[in-house]
Amino acid sequence: MPRTRRSKKIKNTSSGNSFHDRDALLGLFKQMYLIRQFEITCGEQYSQGNIRGFLHLYIGQEATGVGVLSQLSKDDYVITHYRDHGHALARGLDVNRSMAELFGKSTGLSKGKGGSMHLFDVSKKFMGGHAIVAGQLPVAAGLSLAQKYKNEEGITVCFFGDGATNQGVYHETLNLAAVWQLPILFVLENNGYGMGSSIERVRAGGTDFYPGVSTYGIDTAEVDGMDVLAVREATRAAIDKIRSNSSPYFIECKTFRFVGHSYADGQKYRDNDEIKSWRNKDPVETFPKYLINQNMSTDQEISDIKSKIDKQIDQAVKFAENSPNPPMSELYKDIYRD
Amino acid sequence: MITEVTMPSMGADMTEGTIVNWLKSEGDVLEKGDKIAEIETDKTVVEMETYAGGVLKKIIVNSGEKVDVGTLIAFIGNPDDELPEIEERKSEAAEVLEEKVENTPISTPPLSSLESLNSKQNNDSETQFDQSDNKPQHEGQSRTRVKASPMARKLARENNIDIALVSGTGPAGRVTKNDVLSYVPSSSINSLMIDSNRNIDAKNIPVTTMRQAIARVTIRSKTEIPHYYVTHEIDMTDAMLFRNQLNDVIKDQGDRISVNDLIIKSLVNALVKYPKWNSFFSDEQLLGHTDINIGIAIALEGGLIVPAILGCQNLSLIEISRSSKDIGSRARGQGGTLTQDELTQGTFGTSNLGMFGTDTFAAIIVPPQAGILAVGSIKKKPVVKNDQIVIRDIMNATISADHRVGDGAEAAILMQEIQTNIENPINLFR
Amino acid sequence: MPDILFRDAIKLGLQEALDNDPSVFIMGEDIGAYGGAYAVTDGLLDQYGPERIKDTPISEATFIGAGIGAAIAGLRPVIELMSISFSLVGFDQIVNMAANIRYMSGGQVNVPMVLRAPTGAGVQLAATHSQSFETWLCEVPGLKCVCPSTPYDALGLIRSAIKDDNPVFVAEPAMLYSKKGEIPNEYYEVPIGKANVIKSGSDVSLFSYGHGIKIISETANYLEKNGINAELVDLRSLNPIDTITISNSVRKTNRVVLVDTARKTGGVMSEVASLITENSVDWLDGPIVTVGSDNVPWPYNHDLEKKAFVDVQSVVKAFEKGYGV
Repeated sequence: MPRTRRSKKIKNTSSGNSFHDRDALLGLFKQMYLIRQFEITCGEQYSQGNIRGFLHLYIGQEATGVGVLSQLSKDDYVITHYRDHGHALARGLDVNRSMAELFGKSTGLSKGKGGSMHLFDVSKKFMGGHAIVAGQLPVAAGLSLAQKYKNEEGITVCFFGDGATNQGVYHETLNLAAVWQLPILFVLENNGYGMGSSIERVRAGGTDFYPGVSTYGIDTAEVDGMDVLAVREATRAAIDKIRSNSSPYFIECKTFRFVGHSYADGQKYRDNDEIKSWRNKDPVETFPKYLINQNMSTDQEISDIKSKIDKQIDQAVKFAENSPNPPMSELYKDIYRD
Repeated sequence: MITEVTMPSMGADMTEGTIVNWLKSEGDVLEKGDKIAEIETDKTVVEMETYAGGVLKKIIVNSGEKVDVGTLIAFIGNPDDELPEIEERKSEAAEVLEEKVENTPISTPPLSSLESLNSKQNNDSETQFDQSDNKPQHEGQSRTRVKASPMARKLARENNIDIALVSGTGPAGRVTKNDVLSYVPSSSINSLMIDSNRNIDAKNIPVTTMRQAIARVTIRSKTEIPHYYVTHEIDMTDAMLFRNQLNDVIKDQGDRISVNDLIIKSLVNALVKYPKWNSFFSDEQLLGHTDINIGIAIALEGGLIVPAILGCQNLSLIEISRSSKDIGSRARGQGGTLTQDELTQGTFGTSNLGMFGTDTFAAIIVPPQAGILAVGSIKKKPVVKNDQIVIRDIMNATISADHRVGDGAEAAILMQEIQTNIENPINLFR
Repeated sequence: MPDILFRDAIKLGLQEALDNDPSVFIMGEDIGAYGGAYAVTDGLLDQYGPERIKDTPISEATFIGAGIGAAIAGLRPVIELMSISFSLVGFDQIVNMAANIRYMSGGQVNVPMVLRAPTGAGVQLAATHSQSFETWLCEVPGLKCVCPSTPYDALGLIRSAIKDDNPVFVAEPAMLYSKKGEIPNEYYEVPIGKANVIKSGSDVSLFSYGHGIKIISETANYLEKNGINAELVDLRSLNPIDTITISNSVRKTNRVVLVDTARKTGGVMSEVASLITENSVDWLDGPIVTVGSDNVPWPYNHDLEKKAFVDVQSVVKAFEKGYGV
């Protein structure tokens, strides 16, 4: 019988310690800015018709993905939902090949056959964006089951949104992970909306999820998802616990997307004031200010970083533009392994 | 300049023709006189020549289709000529269909029948379907739609068999594989053989276009024309003597009268006397002809043709002989080709199997002619003449006559006239 | 080893895999302590322990998904579903995930996973437990689907399925678990994608698979007495389907009867009929006769169920109607 675990409330803990050396902190900013610029550029390219299909942007949620993924080792599996660009870039997936995948080109991560919602890079144990809401949770359990079965060091990190919590497999997977004591970190990116439906409208029991999770006997934490340092801190603690106990852990990050669910979303379901108030916490704006205030960086350095990343993104677009479309023969490949 | 090619008329009675085969393809360069298509009439298959040179720009009527005389079937022109716009030609079936669509309001099946269909299973669903054509289909019936299995069609196609001629034994008269296989003539005399190990070459013989045409014509003849037969035993002794004497006289000029020439001449003279037999039956009247054109059955390797000597009423015996030889060699591909008139304008037929030792046989009338005269071999036989048994040269001749044109007595009278003519060969100089 | 039960043939295949490959493990509802609803896995828990014989919660979607995760992480899970009808609960994972993940990752991952489930009607389990969803599953590219009809094929196919680097669904006719059949002592495999000409014949080709093989065999015996020599073809593999063996048989006999024990509409044989039309229409000497079970929810009552189920009489009748013999 698994015991009921304690929930931990984690506040901004960005007080200086060795964990907070300058390069590591600047690295967090670089990743968040890279994601932001990548997403803004994707929007532009979408409006020009170079990217088609659905496009779900991660703008506003950068601190969550970057904070969590900064604490993983190369042995850990990452699996996520369809708003996956941020996680892919934070996991270190190639920027050019990510952009090329969105362009549907043969140089894309999945040779142009997956698209925005299905970014994969197995060499980085990045096991995909998945587009059926909550569909990745059972698979995440299987990844961590394999790690446990094979006695491996690594753990599995599974991202999902608040929309996933109303799917049966969400509850089933929490149960299975607890029953089988799997080394898995569940990261709920609670941005308040499942597409256009606010939590209040579709969930009984309030806007917090972690209390319910603890009834499965899983350790939980709630964290400010706009605070990259807080997310990082919570993740480090969680991973320590998972590795030492070989047991699941659940972090709920309170976050917000500043843009629509997908590119073509008029956001009629929420008002501008709400967006504005969250914009004040924009990690891509506030975190560099914090670094400068702490004398860990300068305006000049931040601006140099930004222009370097801007160029990197421009190059990624050129790379994607200049890449060939997949040959027609690719249609029939990768269905079965011989 | 664009030239329209139309379905040619190959005889006054010809109203429609079938393009058996295009001998040229679109884009082929044609010279005037090139054979461009095989046209089948009621009577025969004729190679159609082009009267214009140029490029075969477009084929309008495809192989296998039957159209009225005068129907546009192709365009010939210069490579850069533009084709005039033509109205889309509809197949007969499409027209029928269209008519139906126009005339019958389209209705959806009532819901109840759909429901019952859904709940019915394969065991008893046949009650839901139209039973109207579940009757066995008879030979020759409904040329437009033949029920045949795809396998049967494939076999028929490979063996040049007209699937419409094969009678079906499958459900609802469907022509099956076995029906086609048994339709192909093959050795069937095994039961008479003593040595059961003898190898019979029982391979299926592909049916040629010509054989198809023969099949069609003879079937039409035997199904439409009520044949009856009158046989006379003709004493050819004097005619043979006459022929030998005459040939001695004319051999220097390169002529030689055959027995067949004697028969044709005696037939011509009889037809002059009884012109009713030189006519075609039609529902309203017997269509009389001013020319007597005697068809001669010629067995070619590919099959039978019956070209005619035209205007026989004005030809002497020697002229008939010359024409007959000429037609024979042209039929065998020597010294030119047979003309469309020769191939299609016959008014009365003759057939001779004498060279094979045949005594008596009856021929099938070439429609729409009124009759055909079939003669066997001349044999020396003991006959009673003036109460004496004497040896004479005897030949049997049988007329196949169209009962719609004339009755038995009339045919017998015609035969009598022929017999008189040939037994008194002086008549052949008339 | 002459005779073996169908269920034991599958079990033998599982045991071999567990013995020879440490990455193989089995998951499912009540497969361990209980021994499996159809006793296929009976005794395996004692033999291999709970890490490799894993009882799951009643969460089909999640343990199928977990199987997928384990498979893409390098294990070779074999998952038992208590009924093929329960695959519907996990259809998202089977179709969206297992079958598609290789393609949408551009070939980066593969899912060497076996899903096994009893299929078919005939034992009075009523509508929810009598269906034959191999008919749906065999449509899905990226997923293979097989259905054995004998202990020999069951063992041969389970061996091939576990060795396959792709997800394979093994539909096991529930009516066959307690049927006996011969298997040889030597090792063999039945390749996925190959149909089996059970009996050569000249007059008509009878096609079926799974439990339907019993029906076409009896049909052939009946026809034999009436002078008709039937060829019997067991599809065995529903995806990929063995178009060559099908075409060869059709072109030889020119007559075709297709028999589904599943509901006729949308059954496997609809696809076979389509393939025959495409590939061999010119060799058909009549209609492609398709026979299947009734398009109704499976009833509980024995007599009703029997009426809905395809039988020899209906096959013979359909053949006679189609070909007039």
